[in-house]
Amino acid sequence: MNAPTTFPPKALSHLDELEAESIHILREVVAETERPVMLYSVGKDSAVMLHLARKAFYPAPPPFPLLHVDTTWKFRDMYVLRNRVALDSGMELIVHRNPDAVARGINPFDHGSLHTDLWKTEGLRQALDEHGFDAAFGGARRDEEKSRAKERIFSFRSAHHRWDPKNQRPELWSLYNAHKAKGETIRVFPLSNWTELDIWQYIYAEDIPIVPLYLAAPRPTVIRDGLILMVDDDRFPLNEGEVPVERSVRFRTLGCYPLTGAVESEAATLPQIIQEMLVATTSERQGRAIDRDGGASMERKKQEGYF
Amino acid sequence: MATAFQPSLSADQALMEVEAYLDRAQRMSLLRLLTCGSVDDGKSTLLGRLLYDSKALLEDQIAALHVDSRKSGTQGDNLDFALLVDGLSAEREQGITIDVAYRYFATDKRKFIVADTPGHEQYTRNMVTGASTADLAIILVDARKGVLTQTRRHSCLVQLLGIRHVVLAVNKMDLVDFSRDRFNAIVADYRAFADDIGIDTFTAIPMSALAGDNIAAPSAAMSWYGGPALLEHLETVPLSKRSMQGAFHLPVQWVNRPDSGFRGYAGRVSGGAVCRGDAVRILPSGRRSTIERIVTFDGEIEQAVAGQSITLTLTDELDCSRGEVITAEAGLLEVTDRLAANLVWMASEVLNPGRSYWLKIGSQTVSATIGRIDHLVDVDSGRPAAARPLGLNDIGHLELLLDRAVVASPYATERDLGAFILIDKIANTTVAAGMIDGFPGRRAADDRAAHSDRIFWLGGNKEDRSALAVRAFRRLQATGRLAFILDDEALRDGLSSDLGVNEKDATERVRRAREVALLMARAGLDVLIAIDAPSSAAWPGRIIEDTDVDQLGADEWVI
Repeated sequence: MNAPTTFPPKALSHLDELEAESIHILREVVAETERPVMLYSVGKDSAVMLHLARKAFYPAPPPFPLLHVDTTWKFRDMYVLRNRVALDSGMELIVHRNPDAVARGINPFDHGSLHTDLWKTEGLRQALDEHGFDAAFGGARRDEEKSRAKERIFSFRSAHHRWDPKNQRPELWSLYNAHKAKGETIRVFPLSNWTELDIWQYIYAEDIPIVPLYLAAPRPTVIRDGLILMVDDDRFPLNEGEVPVERSVRFRTLGCYPLTGAVESEAATLPQIIQEMLVATTSERQGRAIDRDGGASMERKKQEGYF
Repeated sequence: MATAFQPSLSADQALMEVEAYLDRAQRMSLLRLLTCGSVDDGKSTLLGRLLYDSKALLEDQIAALHVDSRKSGTQGDNLDFALLVDGLSAEREQGITIDVAYRYFATDKRKFIVADTPGHEQYTRNMVTGASTADLAIILVDARKGVLTQTRRHSCLVQLLGIRHVVLAVNKMDLVDFSRDRFNAIVADYRAFADDIGIDTFTAIPMSALAGDNIAAPSAAMSWYGGPALLEHLETVPLSKRSMQGAFHLPVQWVNRPDSGFRGYAGRVSGGAVCRGDAVRILPSGRRSTIERIVTFDGEIEQAVAGQSITLTLTDELDCSRGEVITAEAGLLEVTDRLAANLVWMASEVLNPGRSYWLKIGSQTVSATIGRIDHLVDVDSGRPAAARPLGLNDIGHLELLLDRAVVASPYATERDLGAFILIDKIANTTVAAGMIDGFPGRRAADDRAAHSDRIFWLGGNKEDRSALAVRAFRRLQATGRLAFILDDEALRDGLSSDLGVNEKDATERVRRAREVALLMARAGLDVLIAIDAPSSAAWPGRIIEDTDVDQLGADEWVI
């Protein structure tokens, strides 16, 4: 025993540093909050975040549940992966569907932005309140969008789930202040410093399971408002005489299938996706209808409690 | 993304290309930097330009930039790069940056995380936020205006926060006809100030962020400048990474106990390296143990280094909890309840010397009060100024008194155990950032240490403790020592009659026991403390377990 440490210390790579920082954040929240939960959207960022959580608490399973705020309009493949991953991780999976949105049959075809408001924004608030969660991990990255670039890793929400971007706490070194008033909740973003390319590199290096929709395959599609949409089930209202066209597409981001645009691509493997990333000419949020309402729309949605 | 690939590669070719890329990326280092300076010096423009010139921007972002530039830009028909980074709509309306924005870009050599921080004085706290994690600072100066109050203030903060690499970016050179004399005058002016405040070296680069001169490529208009363009400098500056050569320290963040058979200590290695079988001590208690295993999701590993988040197991079953520090060299760290530090005040409410604040350092949170304000720091000169309670954006040197000891280090030697924040107990806000530069209680601590060999904290549960205390007491008596058992009974009636059963009172009961024990030890008694106390509070002195009494002879532990 007590042999001197003679190994040449290895230098940490960019991904090693990001991984260690994220794990530190995950553990800090578990140590300092009462009832954390991980928002699991089944997307690639969620996949990485969950993987990091499993690493952080190994050999124990992550000591918090997964929460899927469901809209009933996700891609079918997403539900399949969600259920499998929850089983593999040994974590409790909580699925919340806003009962009001269920009762009123809210859908993206007839209700426009109300769809996101009721299912996602309102659904998330309901789920957090109902279970009394005081901290929620989210997979948002600062490189996604301009207003996110300024959000703290520990981001506080009032009892009404509102974000006050002008009154954020200074966040220094890796010293996170988790003290909060009664009723306040924290959104925690362990992937804040990751970029889209980092996410793909890490998925590849760690062999993390992802929804197959990220890989190109022939899929039935139609074009609406310049977005290539996939006809994932028979709820999609086709125009008279319209027949879905089979295109080789993949998705850079996943949400509700009628709102998520695909890109035409032949990249059917992870290396091909990373290769496309390295010569990419279009950033990922372009596929999301929500971001198109104007430059400040994400900031407004966030103030209202959208994740 | 400067790495070029052939379009439409086959799957096999793509795999090979990407594997080659990932291989390179594994060796790619990470540089964290911040941009700061006075308002309107062009920070956001510089950063937008860096993103643009390093080709980190994607086509739709550039398209959006064209639209935004026409709508709310300040550069006429040209692209307004500042719009890329001024994210919040409130900022766009005011035309200024009011918060820290983080941006990401990469070249073939390095990946970069940039904190773009505000120039307005009222947002200095955000600049400190950005500076706390940076390896390098770019301090912008407007070539027409030269070194301003904000330039000096930010330089002071950069020096205070220990950022080793400083770039003086003399911007808007196009507006002074790319004048070499003007550049030299500003550099000379800054050098005088930098010497004054203790910035030993800096790299000065003349540039125009708007026009792109000396950003990604050398400027044709300033051929008189022989140094590197900014991006080249950022790619090649040697990194001051966490020390891997120093002693191993691991602040315990979380104790992992999935079942009774496993007890792991999780945390991020803050210094040095650790191997299976290494001898360690646990602070503040000082108990010794050995690294049994380094456990990861991907299997056990032989060695972990500074910066990694790991889980350790020890060969001994010890009650080590969050806030304690596992270390290879206990002598390099201080266990103290008094700190001297430079403090940056970040709240609009003035520091209240009579109030107690939460102090968070590493994974430890304690209650702190201000003992004495030594002086303020005049940020225009870097020199001491008259003491007064700190207001928003003030920097002061002061002494803090803690309600229990923490494991700490000077900030200059170990950031993770040398930096702290103060938290308002009612508003819950982060009100100050501190950097430890001394331990004023050291003399008192030494005094305590001198008597600590007479103090024994008895481990085990309540019943065992009483029996153990009696056995230990008899041994001491047998060697002719005067001993006293300080137990609940001894404390209950007079000394602690005002205390209840809540957690705060329990902490206070332990503190009183400690002080009484110190007085008795000074008077020449051996003191056996037999009360409920977490091991982290069992100081000074040492913890005696049942096995210690059995295994150790009287000569080893008595007297």
